[in-house]
Amino acid sequence: MNVQLPSNDMGVEHMSNRKFSRMTYPLAAASVLALTLSACAGGGGGTGGGAGGSDAEANLDGRGPITYVQGKDNSNVVRPLIEKWNAAHPNEQVTFKEQTDEADQQHDDLVQNFQAKNANYDVMSVDLIWVAEFAAKGWLQPLKDKMAISTDGLLKATVESSTYNNTLYTVPQTSDGGMLYYRKDLVPTPPKTWDEMMSMCSIAKENNIGCYAGQHAKYEGLTVNAAEAINSFGGEIVDNSGKATVNSDEAKEGLGKLAEAYKDGNIPAEAITYTEEEGRIDFQAGKLLFHRNWPYVYKLATTEASSAVKDVLGLAPLPGMSGPGASSLGGHNVGVSVYSKNKATALDFLKYIISEETQRFYVTQGSLAPAMEKLYDDPQLVAQLPYLTTLKTSIENAVPRPVTPFYPAVTKAIQDNAYAAMKGEKAVDSAVSDMQSAMEAAGAK
Amino acid sequence: MSTDVTKKAPTTEAAHHMPGRESADRKQVTQGRWASVLLAPSLILLGIVIIYPVVNAIIMSFQKDSGLDPATGFFVEGGPAGFENYTHWLLQQCNGVPCPPGTLGAQFWDSFGVTFFFTAVTVALETVLGFWMAVIMARSFRGRSAIRAAVLVPWAIPTAVTAKLWFFIFAFQGIANQLFNTQILWTGSEWPAKWAIIIADVWKTTPFMALLILAGLQLIPDEVYEAAKVDGASAWQRFTLITLPLVKPALMVAILFRVLDALRMFDLPYIMTQGANGTSTLSILVVQQIRQGFNTAAALSTITFLVIFIVAFIFVRFLGANAVAAASTGGKKK
Amino acid sequence: MTTATATRTHVAEVPTRRKAFDWGQVRTYIQAAIILVWCLLPAYWMIVTAFREVAYTYDPTFWFTHVSLENFRTVFDESLGNRFGQALLNSLIVAGITTLIALVVGVFAAYALARLNFRFKFLVLGFILGASMFPGVALVTPLFQLFTNIGWIGTYQALIIPNISFVLPLTVYTLTSFFREMPWELEESARIDGCTQGQAFRKIILPLAAPATFTTAILAFISAWNEFLIASQLSNDQTKTVTVAIASFAGSEPMQEPYTAVMAAGTLVTIPLVLLVLIFQRKIVAGLTAGAVK
Repeated sequence: MNVQLPSNDMGVEHMSNRKFSRMTYPLAAASVLALTLSACAGGGGGTGGGAGGSDAEANLDGRGPITYVQGKDNSNVVRPLIEKWNAAHPNEQVTFKEQTDEADQQHDDLVQNFQAKNANYDVMSVDLIWVAEFAAKGWLQPLKDKMAISTDGLLKATVESSTYNNTLYTVPQTSDGGMLYYRKDLVPTPPKTWDEMMSMCSIAKENNIGCYAGQHAKYEGLTVNAAEAINSFGGEIVDNSGKATVNSDEAKEGLGKLAEAYKDGNIPAEAITYTEEEGRIDFQAGKLLFHRNWPYVYKLATTEASSAVKDVLGLAPLPGMSGPGASSLGGHNVGVSVYSKNKATALDFLKYIISEETQRFYVTQGSLAPAMEKLYDDPQLVAQLPYLTTLKTSIENAVPRPVTPFYPAVTKAIQDNAYAAMKGEKAVDSAVSDMQSAMEAAGAK
Repeated sequence: MSTDVTKKAPTTEAAHHMPGRESADRKQVTQGRWASVLLAPSLILLGIVIIYPVVNAIIMSFQKDSGLDPATGFFVEGGPAGFENYTHWLLQQCNGVPCPPGTLGAQFWDSFGVTFFFTAVTVALETVLGFWMAVIMARSFRGRSAIRAAVLVPWAIPTAVTAKLWFFIFAFQGIANQLFNTQILWTGSEWPAKWAIIIADVWKTTPFMALLILAGLQLIPDEVYEAAKVDGASAWQRFTLITLPLVKPALMVAILFRVLDALRMFDLPYIMTQGANGTSTLSILVVQQIRQGFNTAAALSTITFLVIFIVAFIFVRFLGANAVAAASTGGKKK
Repeated sequence: MTTATATRTHVAEVPTRRKAFDWGQVRTYIQAAIILVWCLLPAYWMIVTAFREVAYTYDPTFWFTHVSLENFRTVFDESLGNRFGQALLNSLIVAGITTLIALVVGVFAAYALARLNFRFKFLVLGFILGASMFPGVALVTPLFQLFTNIGWIGTYQALIIPNISFVLPLTVYTLTSFFREMPWELEESARIDGCTQGQAFRKIILPLAAPATFTTAILAFISAWNEFLIASQLSNDQTKTVTVAIASFAGSEPMQEPYTAVMAAGTLVTIPLVLLVLIFQRKIVAGLTAGAVK
């Protein structure tokens, strides 16, 4: 830059140099300090290579206090649970580290702490879409041998979502599946297939309301909805080995159905801005005939004072090609960090968290759908939470979202291209083939 | 502390020491010594927080991101990358082919353009509005302090709340459509989305401009205006010939910092649109890339840094941000 | 010279009081009203939403309807883990210390830059500015690792030091530009008139510098107060600031957006801040400038 030297500068050259060195000394010191620390930190992104090998072998018998990390505890179920555990385990106290309510921030917080090899993050709740990434980075303790844990009685899809490369890395804590909410007063029998649902849109027109909406804004929810469309019509996004296989006629047909419905107005124009909440509000206000959403809507739509559909709320499995559709699986799993010092305690805590008692408490207290199969048929629970039967069908037909360590890139590829296809900015065929190439470019090949 | 500074002002001290040298020299030397003492705390504080991450990012940007070993299913270190991470962004190349739509690489130049568009529009609007607000606030009228407090409100609300508030206002069922009886998909189509973000940003940051300009206005003595009035200068002449030039240093600093901030804009577009519909800025791209691979993100951060550096350089060197340029000639009063 | 106070200056078009009906004054009031509406309308909506029952979150009625205090109770509900009082205190500590240090250090630097002659001045200015050029989002990961290594995660200094470095460039630049505009020769003449250097500084320079320094302090305080990125990653439960606390709010059901609680928290955080600034402005600046020489 423009260094304007003072005019009398020449005469004091050597003095100036001394002056300079004084001024820059602190700076030089700071950068030396920085570089030294940089060497210790081992840089930003990479992992220690391989399976986190030695870390995964260490501290398997360790017992003592641990920390449980989870996003915001909406329904206040974690605190009572931990209090109970702590009363019974005075020497193995669990501390609750509560993250924010935003999934992205939870993800980044976990990554930061894994990268820093933080031994104070022992047990963590892991959104099922992150399992493969964390496992492949060598951050999650494989749950085998000494750390083995039984998954008997847990829903098959949820166990699949806990598994990477044929090894169990987490255990499912809660599950979630999409369901079709509809207006019982206008539609006597719910549609079984997508085409049937579309044919019922004339009813919506007669009543001057929107026909169908899911989550179509460009965010994770669109991945969920696009994947449901693709899977329901027989397509597949990535195969078992993690290779992108989306470029198929089935996938094109599935995504085409969504795009067509938006073009026809069966999905109202404003749905392109909808996340879960905007859709729920519209449905609760009686402005939608059909609405795809998660189980949490049930409680709010039947109890909130502002709900106009309290008495006319119908619930059905998602419509598919010829029968129930393939819901995208939601939910959270729990895993143990390879850097934990007290893995034996952590394993006990894992068992406690997935126990029947805990899952029963979660679903009754907090609308958190259990991962344990038999709870869905429990007469007492079904009487209390009538949506459980429908949800079971949904989860039984559910497909985990793409299980790939490149999930952030894969979901981006789906969102960008599905969004463009729905808005009609791009033909469905090229959207699907671009999805494929974008996933391959990210490494899913 | 400030009293100290003044007491030891170099002009008074220089004469007593180092006899036999030309006095200007001595002055220069003592001033330089004092300057290094006074500047050291700032430079150390900035050095600790900024130098380490920047040096770290530059080193990492020449490393490949870890790749998946198909045999084990685990990630392994990527090794040296040369300039690959940089060409990935600048030439939009993914493994030797053009990045397909739906990758972050394919978005670089779009985001680059969007970032500059946002910067130009928001800073221009904020400057004009901020100047206007400052001029009004500098007048004396009853209720002036109420206006000063009101102007502070948008700036004082935490960004996390502001972004949610505007997202909520611009929702399809939100108050904006209700109030103006429109059915605009604010976050669902390109130009409305851009304008929604611009409106939110201008609302939030105009007070910053207004306050800085107001502080500049308050340094102008009354007599200057009175003298100009006596000389028969019109209101407009007084504005262009007195207010504008005298407030220019403060104004230029305000604009410069707004430009630097706007070029790194993140929260508002990220929360309002997640970068959809042509609102993805370079910082959003950095955040999304950090989740996919830190080293490639480090290259993008470095590119962003260089871009902003060039903009700031042009700004200071050619557009007359002369609060800075003039300062380098020393404490000479105009 | 005239009184050196914050109110002593007027910009062009100062209304004259001689006319019976003052159109200039009317124009001023109309413009002031427009500013008021523009600045406060969205904030009004924040407050309306803050007082609305959760079930009516999306009710677009412009007036206060379904009024309830439940959102404010939620904000402070410790059984939900919302330790908002503690977070407020943390924010005050972090933003307060940040402002104080940045101001002291910044005044030193700005004085040197505005008043002293030395080489490499432009380099120094460039370096200070350079600190505002790196994407903030890319600073978090390295800082997290640095602070983990030295055991600073969950300490106040882990939040304060980055915050200082974020506000320091602006502080130094604004103060430098203001210091350059100050009539330093008045200080000399006051000393010729028999003031000591201390008196000259207190009576001449300080009152003149007060509005600008105060403005800088407000800007620094508010940006430190609103900082989120660093605080969200480098704080723990004990040092969590309000912005992080607000981001941790959640609806009572999974997926439910806690808009009303966020708006209640926004209201709670903003109104005291604005009042505080007002009080400071009146008491402190007025106090400082009261002793100004005529």
